[in-house]
Amino acid sequence: MQHLAYFVALWVLLAGLYGVVTSRNYVHLVACVAVLQSATYIILLAAGFRTGGVPPIFYGVPVGTRTVDPVVQALMLTDIVVEATVAALLLSIAVQLHKASGTANPSELEALEG
Amino acid sequence: MSLVPLPVAIPLGISFLLAGVHRHLSPAVSRPISAVVALANCLLCITLTAAAMNAPATYWLGGWTPRSGVALGIDFYVDPVAGVIAALASFLCFVGFIYSRFLENVGTLFDVLMLGFLAAMCGFAFSGDIFNMFVFFELMSAAAFALCGYKLEESSVTQGAFNFAITNTIGAFFGLMGIGLLYAKTGALNLAQMGAAIGTTPNVYVVTSFVLLITGFLVKSGSVPFHFWLADAHAVAPTPVCLLFSGVMVELGLYAVARIYWTVFDGAFSARRAPVMNTLLLIGVLSAVVGALMCFGQRNIKRLLAFSTISHVGLMTIGVAMLSSAGMAGFLLYVVGHGLVKGALFLNAGVLLDRFQSVDELELHSKGRRIPVCGILFAVAGIMLAGAPVSLTFLGEHAISGDTEHAGLGLLWLVFLFAEVITAGAVLRLTGRVFLGWGKKRPADAGARNIPEKRETTHRGRKSYGWMLVPQSCMLVAAFGCMFIPQLGETWQQGARFFVDRSSYYGTVMMNTAAIGPIPLERSSLTSSLFLSLLATALAIALAGLALSPLWPNKDSLLYRLASPVQVVRHLHSGHVGDYVAFLIFGIACLVAVLWLQIR
Repeated sequence: MQHLAYFVALWVLLAGLYGVVTSRNYVHLVACVAVLQSATYIILLAAGFRTGGVPPIFYGVPVGTRTVDPVVQALMLTDIVVEATVAALLLSIAVQLHKASGTANPSELEALEG
Repeated sequence: MSLVPLPVAIPLGISFLLAGVHRHLSPAVSRPISAVVALANCLLCITLTAAAMNAPATYWLGGWTPRSGVALGIDFYVDPVAGVIAALASFLCFVGFIYSRFLENVGTLFDVLMLGFLAAMCGFAFSGDIFNMFVFFELMSAAAFALCGYKLEESSVTQGAFNFAITNTIGAFFGLMGIGLLYAKTGALNLAQMGAAIGTTPNVYVVTSFVLLITGFLVKSGSVPFHFWLADAHAVAPTPVCLLFSGVMVELGLYAVARIYWTVFDGAFSARRAPVMNTLLLIGVLSAVVGALMCFGQRNIKRLLAFSTISHVGLMTIGVAMLSSAGMAGFLLYVVGHGLVKGALFLNAGVLLDRFQSVDELELHSKGRRIPVCGILFAVAGIMLAGAPVSLTFLGEHAISGDTEHAGLGLLWLVFLFAEVITAGAVLRLTGRVFLGWGKKRPADAGARNIPEKRETTHRGRKSYGWMLVPQSCMLVAAFGCMFIPQLGETWQQGARFFVDRSSYYGTVMMNTAAIGPIPLERSSLTSSLFLSLLATALAIALAGLALSPLWPNKDSLLYRLASPVQVVRHLHSGHVGDYVAFLIFGIACLVAVLWLQIR
């Protein structure tokens, strides 16, 4: 059952990558990148899950209680903050792109060929 | 008090301070402050490197030292290699600040971003915890995206910045997946602890996490087939930012690959090093060849230099791929030499942009006759790129070639020759065309379409032109002069030895034991490398002359049609971000397949 989480992550990853590769709109592209983030979060959380574990709150519970790993949750939260910043930057670039060139379709912009 | 966290803390702190008061501060005040900070950072890193020559230093943030083999906190580890790369980053940042004095419409926020970029690069080089490396990597990337897209009004700039941002972010996600898998296997995030816990067999788990991790860093380093973003980003970024990208940011990606391998994965792969070596060699050779071929066909000078960076990074990858201390010593020498020379070339391109509002080689035909000193600098830098025995790159190439012969891969010198001749030939060709007026005016076979450039500098007449050449002259002099530093041989070899010694890394980080002392210097004869480098220089000059003469084949000739595979490769560089990501996925799949098939 543990392995199912990794397959879900793989599926989400492939869906996000398909979206990025075939996207026709820059804003849609950034949303697909956000979907890719979710795949990495699923992998992180699956790595930290312990069957039968309680949330990692160490107040008022006896020593030796099985909890899930708090480190991966901290990694995930840090990563959410980092990727939120990057997504904001990407979206602002996408808006500027539309303002400067009148289109948000990657196929219609050819300034950087070759 | 330890000096180790200062190269990260000081630029970051000043960056926040400047961001807080940026509405009340003019660039005339913030730019000198930032330049002084960058210079101080450089001196600090050099001090740390000198101190680390006998024993690398570890600093546990917050005083959380490890207990009974478990790392509780995050550490910074400074050995000579990390110190030299951080010093190079700080120095190039300092030069960037000096040059950005000439830029117009660049406010205090530019300094904020540059200082943040510098702090992140130093933190990335020093970090001893893999997730901490990832966070600094993302900070470095975010600052780089913003700096690349600084001139937001042009659509080509935003497109280039967007391609850069999407490709690198997706690469970073793959790296994060590798971190997750590694954490699941080893239960640790500290590099030393992971290296001890990873086991001794390269099973599919280890191979997958290795490939995922190095993918993120190889995307950053612009290795084929993850390199498509590099040319776009360099073509549109402001000149001091290009200087930093080519000079140190892409090399940091390779540094991370080497660091991760030697601290974490060497235990698992030590019995089967050849597959890793072959895979990295394949990437290096491919990057060197593709980069060189693409470089020669460019007409936009900044794109030409970007592709030559890809090619030279391929050569550095060969040094890393040797998986030995001599290879790492050569890598370090090459990084410093290439950073200084390529930085000088980009600043020269900036001078051309300032004088003539164009970096298109065909458009600039014979216009450079009015600024001959710039032409001399271009020619000198081109000769240094060819690996002539006048710069650090020669010493780096000597170390790497010596090691490849040692390992029985002697034919790799052909790759070095090919890459150096073609990239230097391209630079010398453009020197001849722009500054001497050689070559046909506007030949029919045009390369990449001209990207219209807006003015980025303030025009202040003849006087400022002379001052604009000072930074790159100093860098070229430094690249030449560094060859003669008396402690040079010891620094590189000692640093490389510390870098590849996993048990001493574990001892220094986790158990606070002193590392191995200085080891006697190995001296090797320079004659064969001297011959090779002089041959490369002569061939580069000959190639440039041939390209400018009437003998060069035009579009209709048979020779041109024989080179059609190169045209196919060039069409793959479409500027479309979906294509780039498709190649990224394809590249990862190939890497996993190549590595796994060799290990089974």
